[in-house]
Parts: sequence; structure tokens; C-alpha cells
Amino acid sequence: MIPLSHYLILGAVLFSIGVVGIFLNRKNLVILLMSIELLLLAVNINFVAFSHYLADIAGQVFVFFILTVAAAEISIGLAILIVLFRSRQTINVDQLDSLKG
Amino acid sequence: MFSLVRFGAVFSKINMSTVYLIIPLVCLTASIICGLFGKAIGRRGAHSIAVSGVALAFVLSLVVYADVQDGNLANQTLYIWAISGGIPFQIGFLIDQLSVTMMVIVTFVSLAVHIYTIGYMADDPGYQRFFCYISLFTFSMLMLVMSNNFLQLFFGWEAVGLVSYLLIGFWFERDAAIFANMKAFLVNRIGDLGFLLGIAAILYVFGSSDYAAVFASAPFVKEATVISPFGEWQWITVICLLLFMGAMGKSAQVPLHVWLPDSMEGPTPISALIHAATMVTAGIFMVARMSPLFEFSETALSVVLVIGATTAIFMALIGLVQNDIKRVVAYSTLSQLGYMTVALGASAYEIAIFHLGTHAFFKALLFLGAGSVIIAMHHEQDMRKMGGLRTIMPITYITCAVGALALAGIPPFAGFFSKDAIIEAVHHSEIWGAQYAYIAVLLGVFVTAFYAFRLLFMTFHGRNRSGTDIIKHLHESPNVVILPLVALAIPSVFAGFIFFGPVVVGDYFGDSIFIIRYHDVTQKIAEGFNGKTGLALVLAAIWHGLFTWPFWLAVSGAVGAWYCYCKNTALPAKIASASGPIYRILDNKYGFDDFYQAVFTKSTVAFGKLLSKHIDAGLIDGTLVNGTANTISGFSAILRHIQTGYTYHYAFVMIIGLFGLITVFVWL
Amino acid sequence: MTFLQFAFYVFGAALVFAAGMVVTIRNPVKSALFLVLAFFSAACVWITLQAEFLAIVLVLVYVGAVMVLFLFVVMMLDIDLAKLRAGFTRYLPIGGLVAVLLVAEIALVMYGSFDTGEYRAPVAYGVEYSNTEALGAQIYTQYVYAFEIAALILLVAIIAAIALTMRRRPNNKYNNPSAQVRVKRADRLRIVKMDSVLPTAPISVTEPTTESIPEQD
Repeated sequence: MIPLSHYLILGAVLFSIGVVGIFLNRKNLVILLMSIELLLLAVNINFVAFSHYLADIAGQVFVFFILTVAAAEISIGLAILIVLFRSRQTINVDQLDSLKG
Repeated sequence: MFSLVRFGAVFSKINMSTVYLIIPLVCLTASIICGLFGKAIGRRGAHSIAVSGVALAFVLSLVVYADVQDGNLANQTLYIWAISGGIPFQIGFLIDQLSVTMMVIVTFVSLAVHIYTIGYMADDPGYQRFFCYISLFTFSMLMLVMSNNFLQLFFGWEAVGLVSYLLIGFWFERDAAIFANMKAFLVNRIGDLGFLLGIAAILYVFGSSDYAAVFASAPFVKEATVISPFGEWQWITVICLLLFMGAMGKSAQVPLHVWLPDSMEGPTPISALIHAATMVTAGIFMVARMSPLFEFSETALSVVLVIGATTAIFMALIGLVQNDIKRVVAYSTLSQLGYMTVALGASAYEIAIFHLGTHAFFKALLFLGAGSVIIAMHHEQDMRKMGGLRTIMPITYITCAVGALALAGIPPFAGFFSKDAIIEAVHHSEIWGAQYAYIAVLLGVFVTAFYAFRLLFMTFHGRNRSGTDIIKHLHESPNVVILPLVALAIPSVFAGFIFFGPVVVGDYFGDSIFIIRYHDVTQKIAEGFNGKTGLALVLAAIWHGLFTWPFWLAVSGAVGAWYCYCKNTALPAKIASASGPIYRILDNKYGFDDFYQAVFTKSTVAFGKLLSKHIDAGLIDGTLVNGTANTISGFSAILRHIQTGYTYHYAFVMIIGLFGLITVFVWL
Repeated sequence: MTFLQFAFYVFGAALVFAAGMVVTIRNPVKSALFLVLAFFSAACVWITLQAEFLAIVLVLVYVGAVMVLFLFVVMMLDIDLAKLRAGFTRYLPIGGLVAVLLVAEIALVMYGSFDTGEYRAPVAYGVEYSNTEALGAQIYTQYVYAFEIAALILLVAIIAAIALTMRRRPNNKYNNPSAQVRVKRADRLRIVKMDSVLPTAPISVTEPTTESIPEQD
């Protein structure tokens, strides 16, 4: 049988990869969105693992909702990305610095 | 006046509190109409409204007077504006013998002045504005005297100060008028600061702003003390001194008297209304109203007495050397206010109010008489260019003579009774400073008589010293000017012996004035008349007066004036040159003005300039205001480097945050 | 090592590998494909946790829909791939360090202050257990409002995605059926009365001569 901590470590590793992905990726906005998906997946793994080990189905209900919201988020995110590409002809993260004051 | 009692019975059907309310409000309404709709209603409309308003107020005041004589006193709160920290800010009326007497005096003199103004200001472009101001003044003064709490008293106090400012500077295109109104305002501010502190102290000590509550608990707090840098003081003394500071400003006592002579820059009706008859008496009224407080502080009473006596004699002396007819009257006002203050200090509050009343009549009369002369002389105020007006302006002459006789205290004119009573009261008083005050007021009688008759002789007797072309055009003033003179001359003659009995011997003021038994000098005077009443009492008073110092001093003053200004007209100049420095000191008004100008005004202006340059522009604007902005903009110039706008930088910061958070989990 | 454990470690390793490839590989198309692999592995891991319904949903929704969307977008955009990954290796060491530190810290939390001992015995459900039924029983009862809101969020997402990406091209030509139906004869046709004569030669434009003459008087 697999201890809970293994699932949690798996989630942690996945989460770290996601964070590093955001941090490393300086060129492509699509990869950024993918990294965010990885972060959400890591969280979902934790939820499902706890749900199983606590014998409480509520954790899986939450995963269900997170999946819903993530799907919505990613569809809007990609839509924004397309609009962005149309207006600026690039999705290079290095050039997207209009947040700068 | 006794038929008014029956007249009052009709009014008793109407709620009296409505009448109380109408009296000030009718003046306020007239003021608002004249002020805001002056152009629309025109000159005739303005004076009709203002005069009928104050006339109604006067008639209703008489009704209330009759009602109070019937024993119907009132102390009612009409409206609570706000309650802050448990202290209600309320509007209420305290109607008793003291306030109703003031109401009658104020509305009567105000009515006379309103009518007089129709003639005096006939050609002035600010006609409607003037009526607006004097009606507003009447309203303010009525609110002051009718108040039943300290906050409303303060409102009225400040409101009359404001109107006084507006009226002194009525001819605002004259520099002297602007200077004078600023001076009046600033000097009054010093007094008002004390007054406000006094009210604050009352709120602190008594926890109430209501007269009745404060006066009721006054005997219980007389022992309470306050530790100050200047030693341990009785609270009640501190309160009384602070309140009296306000009275010194408003009633022009030394050393805050300097504004009053300068206020003669205002139109003459104003000098009569404000600076002789009513506003300056606010201080006297206030101290009389506060008698339940002042009675418990002999220190404060001594201060009042000494300051009053100083004002009485020294201001009278200045009156001797003035040549401007209005200034002579102004200095006499100062001196007479000093007499009233002396009476207050001697605990003879009734007599102070008695003198206030008689003085209001004869001083308004003298001012309006002077105004009448000034109109006739085409706004010439220098007495050296007058003279011989007796035959040309007989009514003005007679009424002015009545005023001068009353002022000098010649029996049986009104001034004799009140002034003699003051001198007697001081004579009986045993508090500290009473001897000094007695000597001062006695000498004051001689000086007063001298300058009063000097004014009369220089103006109306002898040969006319003006140019020949003016004398041809001289004529008696119009009826609207003469009528108030006559109306004021009547009480100047009779007010004395009508009210001497009730006020001094009788119980005219009832419970509205509180006097501790061993202070009660009025009682001692009354004992001297062995229970005489009515005419016998008045005759006894006159008979008694004929054998005392004041009468003979007054007579000698009058004779001296006659000798100097009718018989041997060269003598005054000789005396002036012979007395040299003394004359110069008097001519410089003891140097108060120069001293204030040099010490306070100049240093304040210099200090202000210093503050404006270094503190305001340098420290506040430069360092604090702009400095804050500069610091923020400098700091943000550094901080904006963090805001790169790159997503991965934000992600990096996010990671650092995550590290921090997990570290907290790990190590805690 | 039981089969369950074996399956977990295999799919776990596949998941970590795929995730690593997602963030490091140069080509975004391959990135998306590795993400598909990552999701698939995650679904398998979830099956070891007896969360069958969610595993299937993950495959259907993510692999079937979201990832396809990703691929479409990546292919639709005209991206210069060579430039996109330039300078990547410069940040790799520090990125790796950050990742290692993060994992180390989380592990420290788990083995340090977090007591995993009380989660030792998971309930092993039998064959008759239906994860979908259990989930449905919760979602349609206790979480029904949240479920409705989630549906609404999806609707909003659809509308938002369409509204964001739809654009009117200025040179597009299209009919206005309403205007077509409402058109009247007068809008289209104008009848002009004229004589049946031959038109003369076109009038030549002449110089205005009157203005150039100076006035005599």
C-alpha cells in the first residue's frame, strides 16, 4: 500500500515544476498557461489523495469544481491570448511589459 | 406706563412666549429684508420696514415690561440646537426685571436712532445696508440680553461685535474707517478670548451652560480652587476675571478702551446706538447678570472696581483736551462706562444698570445732538470751528443742554440720581480699592462737568468761528432728526426721579440680581432715607445731594468751563502751554495707542512676516507639504524598478513568498 | 511491491517526466502533447486512489477538449519557434535550484510538523462501490447550488471566449436582411423625364474672363 505522503510529494514536485515553469518561461505565453494547468493538477492530486485517505468524498467534489473553473479559465485565457496576438503580433512574455508603471 | 398694565392684560391671552420670540425675530426679519431685498424695496421701503420692525419690538418690550411688573417672570428653553458631550446648545429666554429693563432701553434707543437715521443718512448710497445693519444689531443685542444660557449670550456677544465691525467700517472707502473697524475687532477679540475661556471654565466647573443651574450651584463651588502657575486660585475668581476680561473689551475699560474713540469713524447714529447706549453696555449688563458669581469673589470685585475707577477718571481727563465734538462725547462714554463698572465693583449692580439706563438716554441724546450739529455744519466735527449755534438751532441746543446737564449730574436731571448713587455706593463699599475708587469718581464729577459744558459752550455759545459762507446756510435740522432728540431728552430729564425710588430704595430688580448681605451698599444708601417713598424720597435725595461733594464739584466744573470758554477764551491755550508735558500726555491719550502700535501691532506683524517666510513657506510648504510629496516621489522612483511588468518577475516574487510561508510552517 | 504500488510509481514517474518536458521543451506543440501525457498519467494516479469518475473526466475534458484547444491555438498562431526559447538555459540552474528548494521544504513540512501517521489506513472499497454514484449523491444534494454556479461559469466562459475572439473585419461584405425586406421602389429607382433629343457635345470648361478685367471707373 502507498503512504499518503507519496501522493503529497508527487503533488509537491508537480507544483514546483509548475512554478518553475512560470518562472523560467520568458518567451511563450502558451507555456505559461500550461504551467498554470500543472499547478492546478498538483492541487487536485492533493485533494483526491486526502479525499481517499480520509474517506470523505467532499474532496473529490472540490476537484470537480476546480476542473470546471480551470476549463473556463483556460478557454478565456486562450481567447485573451488570441486577442493579444492579434493586437501585438507576439506572445513573447519579454515584450509584454505594459504592466510596468 | 401704568396704562400699559391694562394693555398687557389683552396680550396675556396670547401666549407670552410667542411675544418673547417676536421681539428679536421682528428685528431679524427687518434686517434680512433690508439686506437682501434692499434694491427691490427702495429707500422708503427699507426705512418703513426697519422702523416699524423695531417699533413693534419696542411696543412688545413694553408689554413684556408690564407683564414682568405683574410678576410674570419666565425662564424657558425654546429650542435645543444640538447636544454635545451632555451640554445642550440651546436657545432660550430668561425674562426678568433685569433683562426686560435692558430690552426696553435697547429697543427705545434703537427706535430713536432708526428714526434719526432717516434724516441723517438721507443722501447716503448705503441707506438700505445701514438699516439692515442696525436692525441686525438690535436683534443681536436682544438675543444677548434675553438669553438664559452662556452660549446664546456668547452668540449675542459676538454678533454685536460683528455688527459693530460692519458699522464702524460702514464708509469702507475711508482708510480711517477700515483701520478703526479692524482695531475695534481685534481689541474686542482679546476681551472675547477671555470671555470664551470664562465660559469654558464655567462649563468645566459647573457642567452646565444654563444660567439658573450655574447660579444655583455657585455657592457650592466657591471654595473650589485651581492650581495654576501663578499659585492657587479660587475657580470662581478665575471665572469672574475671565468674564470681566470680555466685559473690558466690550465695555471699553482700560486698557482695552482704545477702540472706542476710533469707532467714531462710523456714522453718528451708530456712535449713538452702539458706542454710547447699547453695545458697550453689554459688558455692564453681563457682569450684573453674573452677580451670583461675582458676589463670591471679592478679588474679582476689587479688580472690577479699580479698573472702573481708573477708566472713569483718566478717560474723562482726555475728554478735556479733545476738539472733535464726537470724540469728546466718546471719551465721556468711556468715563461713564467706568462709573458703571465702579458701581459693579462696589456690588451696586442695580445702580450700575440704573446709570446704564439714564446714560443710554442722555448719551444717545448728546450723540444725536452732536450729529445734528455735524449735519448742519456740513460734516464739520471740529468744535473750534463752531460756536454761536444757540440761536440758529434752538431745539438742538436745548436738548443738548439737557444732555450735558444730565451728564454733569446736575439735579434734577437723570444723571444726577444715578451718578450720585454710584458715588454713595462706593463711599459705603468696604472692599479693597474702594478709597481709590471714591477719590477717582469724585474727581471725575468735576472733570465730567467741565468737558460737558466745554462742549456746550464751544458749540453753541460765543461767536461763530466758521467761515462766513457756512453760517448763512445754517438752519435747524429736519424733523426726523429733531424728533428723536426730543424723545430722548424726555427720559434724560425724568428717568432719574422716576426710577430712583424703585431701584435704589425699592426692590425693582427683585431676584434677578444677587447680592451678599454684607456687600449690599445699596441697602445702606436706602437706610439713609429712613423709609421715605415717592416724591418725598426724590426731594430728600436732591436735598441730600445739594450738601455733598459731587454736586459742588459738578457746579464748579460747569462754572470753570463757563469761565474758560465764554468769559476768558484765551485762558485754555495758556493753561495748555503752561502745563506742557501733562497736556501732551493727555493729547496723546497716555500713549496707549502708540504703545500698542509699537509693541503689539508691529511685533505681531514682524512675527507674522517671519512665520510666513520661514515657517509657512519654508517649513510647512517646503519641508512638510512638498517634502512629503518629494519623499514619496523619490521613494517611488526607487520602487518602480521592482514593477518591471514582466510576468516571470512577479512569479519569482510569488515563489519567494511561498518560501517564506512554508518556512513559517517548517519552523513554527 | 504490489501491483498498485508499481502502477503508482510508474505513472507518478511518467507524470513528473511529462511535466518537466512541458516546461523545458522548445516546441510548444510538443509541450502541449507532453501536457496531454501528464494529464493522462495524473488520471491513472487518480485511479489508484479509487477516484475513477474524476480520472475519466480529466481524460475526457482535459485531454479531449482543453488540450485540443491548446493545440489549435498553438498551431493557429504564427510563432517563431527559434526565438521563443532563446536564453532559456541561462535561467535553468536557478530555476532548478528553486524547484529543489521548494520540494525540500514541502517534504520537510510533511515529515516534520505534519503528522501523516493518522492517514495510514485508506478505505479499500469493493467491486460493488461506485465512485460516480457517491460523487453524484453529493453534488446533486449538498453542493447543488455550487453545481449550478459552476454551470453558469462555464456558460460565461463560452460567451466570454466568443465575445473576445469574434471580430468584425472592415472589408467583410454581408447582407442586411431586414433592410432588404423593407426596401421600397423609390429607394432604388428614379424616373427622369427628358426629351428624346441627342445630347450635344460636352461643354468645354472656359476661363472666367469677366473678373480679370479691371474696373474702368
